[in-house]
Amino acid sequence: MHLILFFVFAGFCLAGAVNLLLQSHPINSALSLIVVMTSLAVLYLLLGAEFLAIAQIIVYSGAIMVLFTLVVMLLNAGREERTLGSRVARIVGFPAVVAMLAVLATVILRAQGLGVAALNQGITSTQDLSRVLFHELLLPFEVTSVLILIAILGAVALARAEGATPGDIERTAK
Amino acid sequence: MTLLDFFLWSLLKVVVITVVLLMAVAYTVLLERKLVGRIQNRWGPHRVGPFGALQPLVDGAKLFFKEDLFPTAVYRPIYLLAPIISFGCAIVSIAVVPFGEPGIGPKGFDIFEISNINIGLLVILGVTSIGVYGIALAGWSSNNKYSLLGSMRSSAQLISYELALGLSLVGVVLRAGSFNLRLIVEQQAQKGIATWNVFGGFQFVAFFIYITAAFAETNRSPFDLPEAESELTAGYHTEYSSMKFAMFFMAEYANMITVGCVATLLFFGGWTSPFGNLIEPPQNIFVHALVPIFWFVLKVFCFLCLYVWVRGTLPRFRYDQLMNFGWRYLMPIAILNIIGTSLWLAYR
Repeated sequence: MHLILFFVFAGFCLAGAVNLLLQSHPINSALSLIVVMTSLAVLYLLLGAEFLAIAQIIVYSGAIMVLFTLVVMLLNAGREERTLGSRVARIVGFPAVVAMLAVLATVILRAQGLGVAALNQGITSTQDLSRVLFHELLLPFEVTSVLILIAILGAVALARAEGATPGDIERTAK
Repeated sequence: MTLLDFFLWSLLKVVVITVVLLMAVAYTVLLERKLVGRIQNRWGPHRVGPFGALQPLVDGAKLFFKEDLFPTAVYRPIYLLAPIISFGCAIVSIAVVPFGEPGIGPKGFDIFEISNINIGLLVILGVTSIGVYGIALAGWSSNNKYSLLGSMRSSAQLISYELALGLSLVGVVLRAGSFNLRLIVEQQAQKGIATWNVFGGFQFVAFFIYITAAFAETNRSPFDLPEAESELTAGYHTEYSSMKFAMFFMAEYANMITVGCVATLLFFGGWTSPFGNLIEPPQNIFVHALVPIFWFVLKVFCFLCLYVWVRGTLPRFRYDQLMNFGWRYLMPIAILNIIGTSLWLAYR
C-alpha cells in the first residue's frame, strides 16, 4: 500500500516538475510547482513525518505559492519567449550537470550515518518532534529564528523608500 | 474487522456525511434568507412548500438547468479548475470533524467521524489555505477587471487573517496538548459548561479572535469586500454562471458550516452536553448515540444564526480598516493570548 502510494505521488511530483519547466505560461508553471509541493507532503507522510507533511502544505502550498501566483497575476506576466539557447550552454552545460549530479550522488552514498528513512507504518508524533526540536536542537532552532527575523528586517529596510520616515509611510497608507 | 468490512463501512460513512453536509448547505441558504428577511421586517421565501421549505431544491434545479456560458476571453483550463478547487476544499475539511461519541459503531468502528487523525486541526487549516487558490485563480482566469480586483482583495485578506486565525488556536492546543480534535473535546468534557475552553479555559479572547478571523476567511459580511456588489458587481465570480457559480456559492456556505464545527469543537465542548457529568449517560444505546449529535448540531446551528445575525446588522469594512484591524489588533492580541496561556499553564 505504502509502495503504491509512493510510486503514484513520486510520479505526480516528477510530472509536476517536468511540466513546470515545459510550460510557457508562468501561471501554469506556478500551478505545477504547487503539485510538486503537495506531492512532496504526501511523501513526507509516507515516511511517517505527519507534522512535516502538513507544515509543507500550510507553508509552501498555502502561503508561499499563493504569494507566487499573486505576483504573477499582479504583473500579468505573458507567455515567455522561447530561444534555442546558446551552443556553449548545450556543449558545456549538459556534461557539467551530469558531472555535478554524479559527484553529489557519490558523496551522499558514501556518507553513511546521515540517518535512515524508510516507508513504514510508524508515525513520528508531533510530541516526539517537538521534544527533539526544543530540547536537543534548541540552540540551532533559536539561531535560525533570529536569522529569519534579520531577513525580514532587511527586506523591510530595502523596501522602504530612500529617506522616508515611518510617518511618511503612515501618510501614504492613508 | 476485515478489510472489506472496513472499506464498506467507510464508504457508507463518507456518502452519508457528504449528503448530510450538502443538504445542510442548501438549508443554510434558506435559513439565511429567512432570518435576514425577518431582520429586515419581511418574510423571506415562503411560496414553495410550507414556510418555503422546498425553496433550496427548486433553486438547485434552476441553477442546474441554466445555460452554461463561456465568456470568450477566459483562460479555459484554469477557469474550469477554479470552482472545483474552491468546492473541493470546502467539503473535504468535514472529513476530520468528529460529531459524536467514539466507539459506538460495530466492532469499535468509529461511525461519527470519517477519519480520526493526530493532526486533525492542522489538516483543517491546511485545506483552508489551499482553498485560496480557487478564488485567486477564478479572478485571474476570468480576464475581467472586477474579477481580478475581487480576487486580489480576497487573497490579501485571506493571507492576512489566516495568521490571526492560526495563532488564536494555539492557546486551545496548548491546553489540550494535542492537535487531535477528539482529545481537544474530551479535555473540555468533564464539568460541561464550566470546563469549556471559552469559559473555564479562559480562551474567550482567542474565541473572539477566531470568530472574527473566520468571518474574514469565509468572505462573509462585514468582511465581504471580495464580492462587494456596489463596487465590484460580484467580485471573483462575476463571469461564472449556472453550476460553476453554484459551486462557489456552495463552497461559501460549506466553509461557514466548517467554521461553526471548528468553533464548537475547540471552544464549546464539541458533542458533549453543557451539563457535563451532572446527568447520568442514558442506558439505551440509540439515545446514547443520538444525544451527542443533538448537542453538536444545536451548537453549530447557533453559529450559523450568529453569521446571519452579523450579516443583517453590521456594515462592510473599508479596505484599509480591514488590513489595519487584522495586522495591528487581531494579531498582537492573539500573540498576547498565547503568552498569557503559556504562563498560566506553566505556573498554575
